[in-house]
Amino acid sequence: MTAALETTSTQTSTGAPISINAVSKKYGDNTVLESVDLDIRAGEFLTLLGASGSGKSTLLNIIAGFTRPTAGTVKVDGRDITSLPPHKRGFGMVFQHYALFPHMSVADNVAFPLKRQKVAKAEIQQRVAETLELVELGHLGGRRPSELSGGQQQRVALARAIVFRPRVLLMDEPLGALDKLLREQLQLEIRRLHQEMGITFVFVTHDQDEALTMSDRIALLRNGRIVQLGTPEQLYAEPNCRYSAEFVGASNIFTGTVQGRSFIDDVSGQSYRLGEAADQSGRSLLVRPEHLNIAPADVPVPDTVEQVEAIVEDCIYLGSSRTVQLRTDAGQRLVARTNVPRTPDGVVSGARVHAYWDVRDACVLD
Amino acid sequence: MTKILTRAGLAILAALIGVYLILPVLIVVPMSFSDSSFLSFPPGQMSLRWFHNILDDPIWIDSALASLKVALASSICAVVLGVLAALALVRGHIPFRNTITAILLAPLIVPYVIIGLAAYIAFLQLGLTQTTLGFVLVHTCLAVPYVVINVVAGLVSVDRRLEMAAMSLGAGPVTTFFKVTLPLILPSVLAGGLFAFFISWDEVVTAIFLSGPDLTTLPVQMWSGIRVQIDPTVAALSTLVLLVIFGSFIVLGLTRLIRQLARRRVTGPATNTGA
Repeated sequence: MTAALETTSTQTSTGAPISINAVSKKYGDNTVLESVDLDIRAGEFLTLLGASGSGKSTLLNIIAGFTRPTAGTVKVDGRDITSLPPHKRGFGMVFQHYALFPHMSVADNVAFPLKRQKVAKAEIQQRVAETLELVELGHLGGRRPSELSGGQQQRVALARAIVFRPRVLLMDEPLGALDKLLREQLQLEIRRLHQEMGITFVFVTHDQDEALTMSDRIALLRNGRIVQLGTPEQLYAEPNCRYSAEFVGASNIFTGTVQGRSFIDDVSGQSYRLGEAADQSGRSLLVRPEHLNIAPADVPVPDTVEQVEAIVEDCIYLGSSRTVQLRTDAGQRLVARTNVPRTPDGVVSGARVHAYWDVRDACVLD
Repeated sequence: MTKILTRAGLAILAALIGVYLILPVLIVVPMSFSDSSFLSFPPGQMSLRWFHNILDDPIWIDSALASLKVALASSICAVVLGVLAALALVRGHIPFRNTITAILLAPLIVPYVIIGLAAYIAFLQLGLTQTTLGFVLVHTCLAVPYVVINVVAGLVSVDRRLEMAAMSLGAGPVTTFFKVTLPLILPSVLAGGLFAFFISWDEVVTAIFLSGPDLTTLPVQMWSGIRVQIDPTVAALSTLVLLVIFGSFIVLGLTRLIRQLARRRVTGPATNTGA
């Protein structure tokens, strides 16, 4: 119980930087993580995003100390903690299914880490009350966890993980078991907590919307490697590979080859011009749905755009926007998203349309 | 209509099986109150003379105390060992898990006669026959499987993430066990302990090998008693033993009921106010 816990007893807890160097994890022949390097900045909200089996939870468990890496080191504040057991790391952690102690009241759950630190009784009471107030559950301290709703239970878990003022908070898909509305509400609350506390948050999720909403930076994992690391804007607007483009946000991807300033579609043989900034190598052309515009077949499109002929398969009304599903003459499916007032007349199921994009909005990927 | 008939049929069947299981045991109760000098059913005149007989003869009291001592000590040992074994089997990363499980559960399968004989031969040389320690060692060995089975079942149903959460909140492995794991598996531990107690309390086979003039447990005393004399003293004793067993189950049931009622009063009815 050395440095990690001592710092938490000071009033001003600030986030700790975490440095992950060449961390690998193998179970027999099965490689779960392969030489991952990641520097998490002090006080940032970093999300580990990936599909199941990508290694994101394993990486979090290595940071938490529940899993020992096969190779590599984990450092906090420059101190090597790779072999430090979890109870000496002083990190808060929130689990997917809350992991509240069913045999204790809500207040006793929140008091648990303070009792381990041998905090004085009066101070425990005061800090438990304060923290429950912070997550808006001040009136439920006497209840058992089983008497609370899922959202309330997750708030208790959150309160319990932050009451001892850790410098790092780890969250393993904490909102996965909640319904959509509650999830979105808690996403904003967790962001607010992050801003108020100023500590380092490491958040694991497979939900790209959640990652985009909450994070300062996102590390996208695939097959035990970090595919891309960047801000939500970078991941969405500048994906560095086809996987990244497909995982974050919806996408239309043409497969083909680059020839000079053009991209030749393998399927249709059609040639599309490329923008000035476009990569000169790669086999995929990405156009995001909001960059794909639609005009009825009899309306001419401007010269600065590239277009394909398509048939509208379905037109879905989503309130503020419309999702139009298209099929090109070559048989490829495309998705376009338009603002409702800007959807042109004549875009109905079965209609022939031009689908077009500005050459600057398309980018070439691997 | 057929549903009701099926239900009624099932209820009757269940009742019949219950009677079949309990009736042979209960038959000793009226016999123990008989005035007759022989074990007889149905009993004629009612009397308490055989119960007086037990109290007058120190042999019964001594063997009952010996049995109680052995049963308490061996059930405590079995609980400690069984819980540790269950923790290792469920939570530990140990090689040859299935082999170890099989060895731990072996006393369930190996005939008691063989265990008794083996223990007798070994203990003769060690001077452990007719000693409380000898009885406790053998009975612990017989009772451990019951504790292991109960506690493994309890542990499997405890979410490992609760223990991970406790550790992330600063609790070391020992604190985590006593503050989180043990309270959650307590019902299985108690059930295992109760099994262990009664395994020892009514064990005859190995006890016959280990008993002698210096130390004899109650079941062995009863067994030799019924071979020598066939008056209803043994029936009266059986009634008392049954009373102990049923009594402890009733007490256990009552404490659970009281605890449930108390909890309901403290927290009030469960209400969900939403998030």
